[in-house]
This record gives sequence, C-alpha cells and structure tokens, in this order.
Amino acid sequence: MNRAIRRWSIITLLMFAALLVNVTFIQALWADDLNARSDNRRVLLDDYARQRGPILVADAAVARSVETGGTFQYRREYAEGPLYAHATGFYSWIYGRAATERVANDILAGTDDALFARRVIDLVAGRPPEGGSVRLTLLPEAQQAADAGLEGRIGAVVALDPRTGAILAMAARPSYDPNPLADPDPEVQEQAWTAYETDPSEPTLNRAIARTYPPGSVFKLVTAAAALESGRYTPDSTLPGPASLPLPGSTAVLTNQSGGACGPNDQTTLTDALRISCNTAFASVGLELGDDALRAQAEAFGYNQQPLEAYNAATSVFPAEMDAAQTAQAAVGQYDVRATALQTAMVSAAIANDGTLMKPYLIAEALAPDLAPLQVTEPVEQSQAVTPPTARGLTEMMVTVVESGTGTNAAIPDVTVAGKTGTAERGEDDPPLAWFTAFAPAESPQVAVAVVIEDAGGEVDISGGQLAAPVARAVMQAVLLRGGAES
Amino acid sequence: MSTDPAAQARRLGTGRWVELALVLVAVAIAIGAYASVGLGTAGAPPSRLLGYGIAVTTVGIAVHLVIRWRAPYADPVLMPAALALNGIGLAMIHRLDVANQAQAARLELPPPSAEAPGQLVWSVVGLLLLCLVLATVRDHRMLSRYTYLTFLLGVGLLLLPLVPGLGVEINGARIWISVLGQSFQPGEAAKVVMVVAFASYLVVHREALALAGRRVLGIDLPRGRDLGPILVVWALGLAILVFERDLGAAALFFGVFVVLLFVATERVGWLVVGVLLAALGGYASYLLFDHVQARVTGWLDPFADPNANFQIIQSLYGLAYGGLLGTGLGRGQPDLIPFAESDFIAAALGEELGLTGLMVIIVLYGVLVARGLRIAIGSRDPFGTLLAAGLATAVGLQVFVVIGGVTRLIPLTGLTTPFLSLGGSSLVMNWVIVALLLRVSDAARRPAPAPPAPLAEAQTQAVRVR
Repeated sequence: MNRAIRRWSIITLLMFAALLVNVTFIQALWADDLNARSDNRRVLLDDYARQRGPILVADAAVARSVETGGTFQYRREYAEGPLYAHATGFYSWIYGRAATERVANDILAGTDDALFARRVIDLVAGRPPEGGSVRLTLLPEAQQAADAGLEGRIGAVVALDPRTGAILAMAARPSYDPNPLADPDPEVQEQAWTAYETDPSEPTLNRAIARTYPPGSVFKLVTAAAALESGRYTPDSTLPGPASLPLPGSTAVLTNQSGGACGPNDQTTLTDALRISCNTAFASVGLELGDDALRAQAEAFGYNQQPLEAYNAATSVFPAEMDAAQTAQAAVGQYDVRATALQTAMVSAAIANDGTLMKPYLIAEALAPDLAPLQVTEPVEQSQAVTPPTARGLTEMMVTVVESGTGTNAAIPDVTVAGKTGTAERGEDDPPLAWFTAFAPAESPQVAVAVVIEDAGGEVDISGGQLAAPVARAVMQAVLLRGGAES
Repeated sequence: MSTDPAAQARRLGTGRWVELALVLVAVAIAIGAYASVGLGTAGAPPSRLLGYGIAVTTVGIAVHLVIRWRAPYADPVLMPAALALNGIGLAMIHRLDVANQAQAARLELPPPSAEAPGQLVWSVVGLLLLCLVLATVRDHRMLSRYTYLTFLLGVGLLLLPLVPGLGVEINGARIWISVLGQSFQPGEAAKVVMVVAFASYLVVHREALALAGRRVLGIDLPRGRDLGPILVVWALGLAILVFERDLGAAALFFGVFVVLLFVATERVGWLVVGVLLAALGGYASYLLFDHVQARVTGWLDPFADPNANFQIIQSLYGLAYGGLLGTGLGRGQPDLIPFAESDFIAAALGEELGLTGLMVIIVLYGVLVARGLRIAIGSRDPFGTLLAAGLATAVGLQVFVVIGGVTRLIPLTGLTTPFLSLGGSSLVMNWVIVALLLRVSDAARRPAPAPPAPLAEAQTQAVRVR
C-alpha cells in the first residue's frame, strides 16, 4: 500500500504547488491590473480612509481633507470653491480626479515613492498613513485680481514669473465649485456633475490653458521678433502701411482696424506699427520673411508644443504649409493660428527674460506630511526664443504701446509697462476676442501676463485695449505690490 | 549496536520536546495575530490580550501534556500546525467581528453579535475532544471492529438534516441540524466516520478486491460481492449529499473513497476510473443544477457578470489588494467579501497577510497532510495505514477544493477551510482527525515490542510435572 500512498503524495504535492502558483499569480503578477479596475471599491475606500494631503496656495490650504464620520472617513473641502477650481481640480468618488488632484495624486494620497520610508515608519508605529501636500506657484493676490477682472465675462488670465516660468495666476471664467463633486452623497455628486456638463458655457473647461483662440494682434510680437531676428529689420525700419493690402494670389484684402493708413505716405516704422497695431505693415513683414521664418519663431516661443503636459494643456498652433495670402494673415495672428492664454503669456515672458523662455510650471513643491520638502521644482529653460538684443528691442517697442499706443489702459504709475493689445476676429456670428499681454517692470520684469476675453457680457466696444488691458494691469499691480513687500 | 528497543527510542527521541517548542511557536502566532488585529483596528493592543494569551498558552501546554501522557510517541508536528491555523482563524474571525460592528455603528444599526467568542469555545471543545479521543481510543484498531455499524452511523449522520423538524436549510443547502438553538453540520462528523468505515472495510477486503474479476476496458474489475457493499454505501452517501445540494462535500466524499480504493488495491486504474467518473458527475451536475452552471461560468470569466460573481471578484480584489506583504491584520477591507469568515476566510487572510501569509497557511496545511501521509506509510498495521491515508487525504482535498475555489483555480464549491473557517462542527471534527492521526502515529513510532529471544538463549523454566 505504501507505494500507492507515495504516488498519491506526489499528486497531493502537485495540488498544493498549484495552489501556491495560483495565489502567486493573483497577488504578485495580476495585482496591479485587479487594483486598477474601476469597480474595485477597495482602492477608493482606501483613498478615502487616508487623510489626503492639502493643496496649498501660499500658506493657505485651498483643498484639504476633513473628517466626516461617515462611510468615507474624509471628504475633500475646497475653501475658495471656484476661485482655484481650475488649478486644484476635483476629487470625486464617482468622477475621479482632475487637475492637481490628479497630477499630484501619488503625493497627496501618500503613495508616492518619495513617501515610502514614511509609510514604513507609519506602518511600524501603527499610525494611519498620511498624504503629503503640494504647494502651487499661484500668488493669492494675483489670482484674486485675475478672477475679479473676469467677473461677469468669459475669458482667462495667465500670469507668469518670466524669470522662472512659475505660474502666478491661472484664472478662467466661468468656473465651477468642486465641493459638490467631492460630496459624500453620490446624488449630490451626480447632480453637480450633470449641471456642469450640460452648461453650455463649459464651466469645467480651464480656458487659461486648455482652449486655443485666434491670437490676433498679440501674435504681432512673434512676427516682430522674427523680423528683428532675421537681421533685415530694426525697430526703426520703414515699412509700408497702407489702409488695405491686397492678399497675393487672391481677391481678398487685409485692412487695418482703424480703416485708415498707418502713417503719412502709407509708411510707418516697425515700432510704430506695433504701437498702433498696424495690420498691413505686419502682413507685409510676414510676406517678406515667409511662413517658414514665422513658424520657426513661433515654435521658439513654444507654439506647436504642448506646455504643462501633466495638466493636459492645449497645444498652440502655427499651421504648416501656407501660401502667401495665408502667411500674410497668419503674420497678424489670423488664418489658422491658435494660441492659449498660457502661450501668449509665454511670448511676453520670453521677451521679458532677455529672450529666454522658461518652462511654465504650476507645482512649486511637494511636501511630506510634516511639511519637510520632498521635491522642489527647479526652473528649467525651455528655449532661447530670441537673442537678448532682439528682446531689448521688442521691450522698447512694447513700452511705446503702453505709453502712447493701443495699450495705455495698462499703464501703472511709476512702473514701466511693456504690452501688446489684440482684437481677433472669430467669424461672422461670434464677437471679436479681446487680448492683452504685458510684462512689468520693463527694466527688470517680475511678471508677464496674458488676458483673453471672449465674451464681455453685452459690452459693445470689444477691444484689447479697452477690455483686457485693465485686467492685466490689476494682475501686474498685485504681483508687484507683493514683490515690493517682499524685497 | 544495541537492539534494545528502549535504547533505540531514547536515541531517536519521541519528539515531545520538539512538540512543546512548536506549541509555543503556534501559541505565539495565535497571540501575535490577536494583538495585531487590535493594533490594526483600534491602534492599541486589545484589552483582553493578557487573558487571551494566558488562556491560549495554558490550553496549548495542557493538550501537549495530554499527548505526552496518552500518546507519547505521536508525531510532534501535527498538533502545533493545527493549533497555529486555529489561532490564525480565531484572529481573523475576531477581526471581521470588529469590521462588522464598526460598519453597523456607521449605519446606526444594532451591532451584530460577535462570532469569535463562540469559535473560541468550539476550539476548546475541539481540543477537549482530541484529549478524549486519545484517552479512550487506546488502540486505533478497535475502530475497525464494527465496519457495518460504522457505515450505518455515517449514513445516519448524513441523513440527519433531512429529518423534518431537525434539519434546517441555510443558503440553499440542507446540511445543518438545529439542536437546542445550536446548529451543527452532521456531514462533518459523517466525513470522519465514513473514512473509518471505508478503511475498516477495505482492510478486510483489499486482498479480494485486488483479485481479478471481469476485465472491462482493460481494467480488472473486482468481484461484485467484494465491491458491492462499499459501492452501495458510497452511492447512497453521494446521493444524499447531492440531494442536500452539498456538492462540495459530495466531491470530497467521492475523492477520498477513490483514493482509499487506490491505496488499498495499489491499482492506478481506480484513480483513472475515479477521474473519469468525477468528470462525468461534474458534467451531469453542470447540466442538472443551475447553481453549478453559475459556478462554472463564474470561474471561467467572473468579470462577464460582476453582480452574479460578486463574491469571487471581491475575493480576487482582496487578494490583489493584499499584494506581496498584505495590508496587515485589521488594515484591509476583508469585510467587503461576503462570507469572509467562513468559505472565503483564505481570501480575507490573503488580503491582510499578503501572498507571504497565505503561502505560510497553505504550507502549514501541506505540512499537516504530508505528516498524515507519512504516518500512513509508517503505520505497522494496514488499518492504521488506510485510516491515516484517508484522513490526510480528506484534509488535503478539502483544502485544495476550498482554497482553489476562492482563488479561482477551480470552480467555487461551498466547503469550510479546515481549522480557519467559522463553524463549530467543522473545527471540532478536524481536531478529531488530528487526534486519530496522533493515535495512529503513536502506534507507528512506538518502539516495537522486544522480539522473543532465540530459543537457545532463552531461560528455561522448570515445569513441574505432577
């Protein structure tokens, strides 16, 4: 009988080996897939059982977890609601995560590898694990000024520190309140979600970085930069500036906003053309330089590349393959040229920073639960958009825009402001867009800003100088006041 | 070289000190698990840790002393391995109590009654029964005396739940009886009784069964009069279990029978026939029973119907969530798995102890079964061999079926996890299995009685002739 038992023992051994191999497959190899399944409540419950770290702006928590005492031990609270909604995003049981809540989830949830050692200590000490916190680059004063300037309008503001690329303000109206999306009651979440998704004004769309617009006249900065970089132009170069310019190879004509010529004898200078935003002069510069030169310059400023990838920012576009008529239109920011507010701010920031474009970023640092820094974002150079002399030339030209041109509404007492207006046509039915981009102080820039307003809520006279410049001024003042207080 | 059996035993040792050391390890595991649950759920050691620790240590050492007294040569690993499993099970049941009560408190429902204290009582009853078996059954061969009465007892136990007024149906299976407010699964006892009965029948008839009768499909079938009785009992038992919709137990019953037949006759043909019949029976029940079909489809692709296969999916999620090292006792969410404290306790343990812990548990079972089979091989009498092999096989198959089921290796069948699952009848009868294995191993390892001295050297004794 023993021979039979020995044989049976081998079969038993194989059965136990099968059990061991099987659990190894499930727990070691397939675990990640199983954990990632959307109907796996464990992972979500676990997230909710952990005190998720706060999102900080300056030293205030704009998103933090508070204890509920319900099935989910914590809920997310957004103290300022819509003001920072596009930056913080939301954290919802049903609808997942967005913006910083999504981008920095590993840190906030405490699952990041940088927090591994602390997790082990927590485990040994029997403490519930805590998430780390994330500090944004936003300045509360700048954000509030930007948001207040957009009150009652549809549009967006982006302010950058040109020296680092840090985003000082990122405001978009309309916005939404992320609080109901984080409500413990799923019905509240559903109602809020449906309301936001069906709202035709798209409140959850972050217009500051995720929507592209025709840049219109603010694109003239890029064309002017290409002109100076080509070596064929100086700020004082004389340009043709007729009232209308027939577009080569087509029957269409390009006109100026004013309807008249840009100077006596249909002549103007590059500086004056920028100051009064002369379309025909820039179109002729564009025709002279050609679309390849314009495209190369636009791309040096960041066009055709996605900025702020983690936040799903939209890519600003300078089209490929254009004929002469299209190039002329593109040179003044029309045709199929598209830019986000962020991209427009990047152009000003690069000019402000001696031609060096810094990579924009929103997360300043990640902090451990005890507020010890884990990761500090180091400023990174994205490209040398123009040479320092070109940058200085463009700055001087932009200063004239605010001193005596279309952008006088952006002037700040005792501060030299460099700026550029834009009023972009959007087709027959839509009102034109009002743009303004600027930086200050011109001698040692601390802030670069871009404002776009797509709907002024009934105001008839839509122009960059009228609508957008005052908003840009308020944001710059907020930054400079704070900078002054700091230094 | 000394042939003195007493000296030989001294040299090999009885293993009792090994057993004491292992008992202390098992006790440490049980107490550590209980303390860990408190730390994981409340952040502090449980208030009753000291009392529990003293009680578990006392019980463990007391049982060890009883074994020393009544089965001094018994296998030293069996009892501690089972004790460790029992302790882990108790901690997990307590842990699920805590979770269920916390859940009820959140929903503002009356707290459910705790299951762990009852299970603790059943553990003590099981260990008392182990001592009782060791004290009363001085020689396991006395169990083989009344083969047919034992069969009758086994069938009777299987039939008990069908008695009107006595049997109760829970979750679609009529396998419980209710006596004085306590429910039992007589099938658990029947399992042990049937193994005893089969072993005692086969020990008498195995020679005859090995004799060739008619040859069918290349297999020599035994004569009808040898195989007949056992086949009748087996078919009867199987029919009852199927009628009670206890298919897990039916599969186990069938498997143990086939393996015993194979061991008794040493004919591989029986295993082949067994596998074929199992496949046939499995297919037949797949066609006949809706719930069998549901189990099979749930096994093949659980995610095709997440609602119907909620249990197995939650089990897989729990295991995955535990990962390599587990969440730690009290830190996972094993209460998300329905029946986590009974059928799915392996998944709950896999979640909180991780792959590492679950492997330890499976290996502990492996040690139990391997020791049981080793005892069977070492036994000096054929009944002991068959009994030990049958009992070890019963535990091994049950572990394979239930853990394989909850980890989606094979389709899910409702069986308890030996020593771990909530349920008194199963726990108590598993301790009886350990007692019987200890008894057989004690006889196997006991030094052989001194052989009669050669006649020439024997002292002559004067016989007075009247």
